[in-house]
Amino acid sequence: MGTEMFNIRRGHPDDLVIALAGNPNTGKSTVFNALTGMNQYTGNWAGKTVGSAVGYFRHSTASFTLVDLPGTYSLLSQSPDEQVARDFLCWGQPDATIIVTDATCLERNLNLALQVLEVTPNAVVAVNLLDEAKRKGITVDLNQLADELGVPVVGMAARRGIGLDELKDTVLRLATGHYQPDPQPLTYSPEVEAAVAALLPRVSPLIPNPRMARWVALRLLDGDPSVLDAMERYAPNQHAFGGETTWLPTKSHSAL
Amino acid sequence: MHGKPLTELGIGQTARIEALAATGANRRRLLDLGLVPRTEIEAVRRSPAGDPVAYRIRGAVIALRREEAAQVFVCAD
Amino acid sequence: MASHQESLRALMRELHGDDQTTVRDQIVSDLYTRSAEIASATVTLPDGGRQFAFDRRLDNILTSRWLGYPVMLALLGIVFYMTIAGANVPSALLGDLFGWIEGYLTLFFAWLGTPEWVHGVLVLGLFRGVSWVVAVMLPPMAIFFPIFAILEDFGYLPRVAFNLDRFFKSAGAHGKQALTMTMGFGCNAAGVVACRIIESPRERMLAILTNNFVPCNGRWPTLITLSSLFMAGAVGLASGSLAATLVVVGIVLIGISATLAVSWTLSKTMLRGVPSTFTLELPPYRKPQFGRLLVRSVYDRTRIVLKRAVIVAAPAGVITWILANVYIGELSVIAHVAGFFDPFARLIGLDGYILMAFVLGLPANEIVLPILIMSYLSSGAMTELDDFTALKQLFLDHGWTWVTALCTMLFSLLHYPCGTTMWTIYKETSSVKWTLVAILLPTGIALSACFLVAQAARLFGWG
Repeated sequence: MGTEMFNIRRGHPDDLVIALAGNPNTGKSTVFNALTGMNQYTGNWAGKTVGSAVGYFRHSTASFTLVDLPGTYSLLSQSPDEQVARDFLCWGQPDATIIVTDATCLERNLNLALQVLEVTPNAVVAVNLLDEAKRKGITVDLNQLADELGVPVVGMAARRGIGLDELKDTVLRLATGHYQPDPQPLTYSPEVEAAVAALLPRVSPLIPNPRMARWVALRLLDGDPSVLDAMERYAPNQHAFGGETTWLPTKSHSAL
Repeated sequence: MHGKPLTELGIGQTARIEALAATGANRRRLLDLGLVPRTEIEAVRRSPAGDPVAYRIRGAVIALRREEAAQVFVCAD
Repeated sequence: MASHQESLRALMRELHGDDQTTVRDQIVSDLYTRSAEIASATVTLPDGGRQFAFDRRLDNILTSRWLGYPVMLALLGIVFYMTIAGANVPSALLGDLFGWIEGYLTLFFAWLGTPEWVHGVLVLGLFRGVSWVVAVMLPPMAIFFPIFAILEDFGYLPRVAFNLDRFFKSAGAHGKQALTMTMGFGCNAAGVVACRIIESPRERMLAILTNNFVPCNGRWPTLITLSSLFMAGAVGLASGSLAATLVVVGIVLIGISATLAVSWTLSKTMLRGVPSTFTLELPPYRKPQFGRLLVRSVYDRTRIVLKRAVIVAAPAGVITWILANVYIGELSVIAHVAGFFDPFARLIGLDGYILMAFVLGLPANEIVLPILIMSYLSSGAMTELDDFTALKQLFLDHGWTWVTALCTMLFSLLHYPCGTTMWTIYKETSSVKWTLVAILLPTGIALSACFLVAQAARLFGWG
């Protein structure tokens, strides 16, 4: 299973695995600590939280393993942090993903959010630091954002505990498959789309899942060899990209 | 390259990104920071030591050393 | 399935033949365009860029040409002052507490009727070693690290890197080294771990190797005591903390200079290379979460200090007691070894006992001074002398001059890292070679510096 390859220890064998992604400096660690109560250090400096951390929490009847990915600005830049985040999102098969964003800096943060959604649509976007935003006179229309992105959006001020319950509810619904968002993958400008269209016929036979095939085509255009290296390492049998079965409720996971 | 290098942008001035002279991983990094063409960039302040200079890009403040800023070409709005 | 991989790789190679730069650029550009679209549809910003106002005003001071550096220095002084002054009382209290416990332990062992040496090893060696480390290390760390955490949460630290980057760049190092260096004031092992924030391996190694040149909390007592005794003259108690702070700041500045100098040298020799790219975000200032931070930081630090006390200080205490109380002929082992070291030690302005104390203090810097006092007193167990006059007299009786004090302080500042840091360096670098460099390089520098000072003093007839 995905998590074993990454040396992630689940709390219990049928824990739902949640990935926690986001830019540095978005209060991601605060969300992590608030959910897991684990003793972890929160710093305000971009890039300070390096390396993944894992925590556990329960909600309703379910038990979760939360994987804190390194804070990154993007998944494309080939830095070690970004590769770790990308690899886990693609091949760690999380049952759901939380993308933490900073309400005071949303435009910047959406770059990563859009990239993550290209890889996994089973995500919730947490707009954090709403208290800071309010202080600065910034408002965010969460409903409109959910419309635009095509995934659930939860407003939060994690350091005051605001929004946590709603986040847990949403994560539960996503992870158990009760809610399966289907966000539109980003449409690029004509030249890029043309290049992708030209590539797809040669990529699709190798990668059955259409979303993944498109993503791999884009990465081939990017010229990022580390993607292929990672694929070899984590998905030698290609099932990890296979079909539409990647986001089924817990019961089916044991069949994989 | 059109425009002037970012290093010539005065503190407090704003301009738009024209092009990047960097290649490879450097180019990728600058792009990822948001330095894509037609983005607005403001030179916010200079370090007391003279280098680096902090620029506002898409709402975030990022410090770039002279060598990096020299690879970014901008033109006044 | 292997063939699938091969096909994809072939495809990549094919594409890569052409210049894909424009497509790549366009992909990122499109992502940003879409982000901007969504943001403008969903985010309402206040007029006039009001959201940036506070940060701008504060940065105008903290990174200003005239105020930037003075403010930084002042902040450094304040943090040090709070640590030194704040730790005094708790350290004394802990010392008293442990002394009281020790009294009962002694009674207990007397009651048990065990041989003297059992009491010696377990109580005078192990217990005293552990309690010394805890009493000396815990209070300052429980103050310094939370303050540091607050500054970090607030967002000040990137400004420090912003202000100092130029100097580190000139030394061939990375601007973020300024930050790992400041971590080192608290604990060098923590500073070494912090070097993970430097991505480039060459510059990370520079930061790791030079972290040792700033004195950690464990070395402050040695530096403060010696400087109070020999440098500051007779200083009244009221200004004690202030004078101590000034001394530590002064020594830290020397340490920072050493950091830059060594970085520069290494960049030209063993760690040659080009400065890597440096992009630093200056995040918005945020109100630090005082409560949560303080609790977590104090808890973390306490755990770390206690762990180190048990793992490192306990054995060190035992070994020290044994060496001090096992006699070969008329002299204890320590005295023998000190005698052996003495000629060499004198060359570098120290004496055999001082050098011996540093060697035994390898596991933990904070036990160097108590070991030294113990050796001078031949008391057979780590001791402290609360009375400064008596302490000074003890040193004078053993031939100390201000040159001795200076050389001891220099050696303390520059010598090999403590045991915990050595181990941490090994874990972070996974390299025996570089760990050895991390040990030998500072030691070599310390020996040279002390040698030069000692010989110069001799030459000019000082001290």
